[in-house]
Amino acid sequence: MITVEGLTHYYGERRAIEDIRFQISEHEIVGFLGLNGAGKSTTLRVLAGLLVPSAGSVTIDGVDLVSAGATSRASIGYLPEDPPLYREMTVREFVAYCGELKGLDARTVESRLDGVLKIAQLTHVQHRVIQELSHGYRKRCGIAQAIIHKPKLVILDEPISGLDPRQIVEMRQVIRDLAKDCTVLISSHILGEISETCDRILVLAGGKIVAQGTEAELAARAGGDGARLTLIVRGTEAGIDAALTSAPGVLRYDRHEEGAGLWRLHVSLTTDDREALVTALVKAGVGIRKMVEDESELEQIFLGLTQGASA
Amino acid sequence: MKGILLVARRDFWAYINTVWGWAILALALLLDGVFFNVFGLTGTAQYSADVLDQFVFFTSGIALAAAVLITMRLFAEERQTGTIVLLDSSPLSEAQIVLGKYLSGMAFLAFFALLTAYMPAMIFVNGKVSVEQIAVGYLGILLVGSAGVGIGTWASAISRNQLLAAVISTVVTVFFVTCWMLARVTDAPFKAIISYLAFFDKHLQPFQEGRIDTQGVFFFVSLTFAFLLLANRSLIARRWE
Repeated sequence: MITVEGLTHYYGERRAIEDIRFQISEHEIVGFLGLNGAGKSTTLRVLAGLLVPSAGSVTIDGVDLVSAGATSRASIGYLPEDPPLYREMTVREFVAYCGELKGLDARTVESRLDGVLKIAQLTHVQHRVIQELSHGYRKRCGIAQAIIHKPKLVILDEPISGLDPRQIVEMRQVIRDLAKDCTVLISSHILGEISETCDRILVLAGGKIVAQGTEAELAARAGGDGARLTLIVRGTEAGIDAALTSAPGVLRYDRHEEGAGLWRLHVSLTTDDREALVTALVKAGVGIRKMVEDESELEQIFLGLTQGASA
Repeated sequence: MKGILLVARRDFWAYINTVWGWAILALALLLDGVFFNVFGLTGTAQYSADVLDQFVFFTSGIALAAAVLITMRLFAEERQTGTIVLLDSSPLSEAQIVLGKYLSGMAFLAFFALLTAYMPAMIFVNGKVSVEQIAVGYLGILLVGSAGVGIGTWASAISRNQLLAAVISTVVTVFFVTCWMLARVTDAPFKAIISYLAFFDKHLQPFQEGRIDTQGVFFFVSLTFAFLLLANRSLIARRWE
């Protein structure tokens, strides 16, 4: 269990983060979401032991990282946005070196190397010099160095930035595999990625945690009882407009003709009273062929939460 | 100790595996050879002890200059490439990291010193100097080099880039080298202090003559320790930024 209590950090007179509090359970993948300058990097650097916080504590299984000193850093693996790599080394040499740097003896490193290279999907390039590798493979080298010592917490700062779509899919699998052995904290500004990969989301704005929970929990908090629906209907233009104008709770809508008398509607409701919407459409002679809730609302949720915090 | 050697090993191989390391080595050996030829082998006849004296003097100077070039990358390059994160997020203490870096610089300098051995060997074969005299001379070269590496390690630890590290290191080193001149134009009581700090005039001379001077050993070791301590403090301070 990772517990962060009252974490505050100042750069000189400027406060970067204030009273950050959260807990992460074992094997959980938690996403860290925030606009530029929200304090994400500072928080991650404090968690990784690179910065000593001005106030507050970070404990891993009850051990306080600040008071435990340098040795406590062995329980954390950290991958910054730009992977730190000794490019003149081969992948295998580099990961082995990092293992020893993290305090493992050479025999233990050797016994773990193949497994770690497999998790990071680096086995087939393990004897290649890092300088020759693509950005995606370099990211994976960064992940391998972060997990070779079996840390309890792995911190990944923007792990998918700069990757192509195929590499993103592979990286998602790497991250999910990591969570089998440790807790993973991911920072990303790509909302869809956080939504795709993480069990829980922490939203940071103005140096403070403004919300935390699953995507559904955040949606409930940010959007109240509203809903965004997509419908495929059959009917006349006038009938559709009449039904949507008279239906209770319709905030706004737009429609696009699909051909053969079919229309695609995007409807925003102030309250999730979709039964009333259906009744109004049916009464107006509009046939409903399909109705689905818009899946990815994270962007709206995020904007709502961060704008609310900065207002 | 394992952590220190781990850092030292990687940095030493980074010198060996790059053109930069070999370029420093080639330049230093070239200059050393030229100086030896000009001051030791040509001109009027000299006592072999005097030739060795001059060899120790200019090899120490070249070791100091090489120390600037060797150490400028120790921390500054890691900061520029971002690999400093690997060290900062490791369980190694700042003192272990600084000592590892210092040792890598010293190992490379010792490698350079080893490659100059053909010159005192020529003096030994053709003249009348003892192995002990040569060994003491090399002790002096390594002590001066150690102070240079210490200064460079500190300069690299406080600098954002290698160029700045080299400039700071050069300025401080030149100060210690030119102290004897400054002492001439300084009044008491600072005259004695500045005079004491002079690398060559005050502390290296006995080693050039084949004598181990404990005061000199103490001076160079203390200076090295002081700058490594400063480097250690600057690394710790960065965590509290």
